[in-house]
Amino acid sequence: MKQFFAILAFFAALLGAWEYAANHCGFSPVLVPAPSDVWKYLVAAAQDNSLAEATLVTMKRLGLGYAVGIAIGIPLGMLTARFKFLHNTIGMIALGLQTLPSVCWVPLALMWFGQTETAMLFIVVMGTVWAVLLATDAGIRQIPPLYREAAATMGSSGLHLWCRVLVPAALPHIVSGTKQGWAFAWRSLMAAEIYVTILGSNGIGHLLHYGRELHAMDQVVGLMIVIIVIGFAADKIIFSPWERFLHRRWGLRD
Amino acid sequence: MSLASELAAPPPAKIRLVGVSKNFTTKRGTVHALDDINLEIGEGEFVCFVGPSGCGKSTLLRIVAALEKNFTGTAEVNGKMIIEPGRDRTVMFQEHALFPWLDVLGNVLFGLKLKPDLTNKDRVEVAKYYLHLVGLDGFERANIHELSGGMKQRVALARALAPNPRVLLMDEPFAALDAMTREQLYGDLQKIHAARKKTILFVTHNVREAVCLGDRVLLFSPRPGRIRKEFKVTLPRPREFNDVAMASLAAEITGELKTILAKTIAEHTK
Repeated sequence: MKQFFAILAFFAALLGAWEYAANHCGFSPVLVPAPSDVWKYLVAAAQDNSLAEATLVTMKRLGLGYAVGIAIGIPLGMLTARFKFLHNTIGMIALGLQTLPSVCWVPLALMWFGQTETAMLFIVVMGTVWAVLLATDAGIRQIPPLYREAAATMGSSGLHLWCRVLVPAALPHIVSGTKQGWAFAWRSLMAAEIYVTILGSNGIGHLLHYGRELHAMDQVVGLMIVIIVIGFAADKIIFSPWERFLHRRWGLRD
Repeated sequence: MSLASELAAPPPAKIRLVGVSKNFTTKRGTVHALDDINLEIGEGEFVCFVGPSGCGKSTLLRIVAALEKNFTGTAEVNGKMIIEPGRDRTVMFQEHALFPWLDVLGNVLFGLKLKPDLTNKDRVEVAKYYLHLVGLDGFERANIHELSGGMKQRVALARALAPNPRVLLMDEPFAALDAMTREQLYGDLQKIHAARKKTILFVTHNVREAVCLGDRVLLFSPRPGRIRKEFKVTLPRPREFNDVAMASLAAEITGELKTILAKTIAEHTK
């Protein structure tokens, strides 16, 4: 409890110092918005519904791109784990492309697909798929052979072995891979929204971009806070239940 | 298939091995893991394979389980060639090999779920029967990591027994346990063998363990892996691990084992 108040006091002091610096240190409000102005922007954006609309557009893109990324990444990772040739080819490509920041796909996506949702989807999928693929591949390759043998002696083989033994056994890896994939998807989408403008459907990234063009740093900082909160909440909502399950069943430590 | 027939002991199987040899090729050359093994094991017999590390006793067990392929010779169960692993020959490993993503009941149900003729209710009932048999009533919903080493091996035993195999293959299943837990399990395993009538192959490097459990004890020697000697154990059951008659027989076998080993080493250094 004492700790809680200390933390509260720290953040209150931080906000106070920021507010004071913005108002009394001669910074231009274009460069350093006061937290009270940021708050005012957030309230106004919530009232005129622009924030909710942009969030909805962004979440739809993210959900779709992430789902496609996982739907491709997990099966591909299973294949690369199963076949040595695919591991040495597709696996190699995945390893290379995973190191490529996904914003680097933007120029290509714009040339191929234009200012469209497809370009956006492409960038998010490219951001997600490799991390998920590599984690699945590593997870399945690291399964102790004993699990496979024990399952075989009880009559498990083929599809049953994959669904009931190999995938569950690789679950800790797959969960951490999809979590990493999520972080990459979120980053790529924000990059994509800043660079790819689609008329009539503005996501959070677009609002951020317009904030700069309008010199409205209260908007920019406000949206940055929204982006942090969404990332944080999604992590808790999507991954906490899985991690709790792994922790309880496997006895894994975080 | 009904619950009653599932819980009825199936006729145990006999095993016949003729001229079984197995080589492992490694970077440093070829290892003769097994050389010309000829062995008949009767229905319901409890046979222990004893020998030092690297004598091929585990390899032979794995051949019967069909986990080891590419051997020469013939391996048959009830006159049928051993080709694929199967529920008629379940295995208990030195490491428990339980699945951490399933709870205790889920692990015991794993093999049962692959039997198509049972209803789910029957499966749960069978699983609970075996958990009771190994003394783990009330642990159905426990997670594997919450159990002690001895309890894990009990679950592994229940899981191996649950599909009602005709042969139970045990590969040093108690080697990693403390002495007290082990002695408890010797008693339990003898009780289960009496009740369930399985043909059991049991690999160990512990001679007293072999004498305590086996109807027959086979001595293996390494490089190449061969069966050197065979002892029939006719002591009455259930046997106590600390029984005097048993200890003296174990001492005799240990003596033989030492002689055989000394001979093997002499042959190799010649």
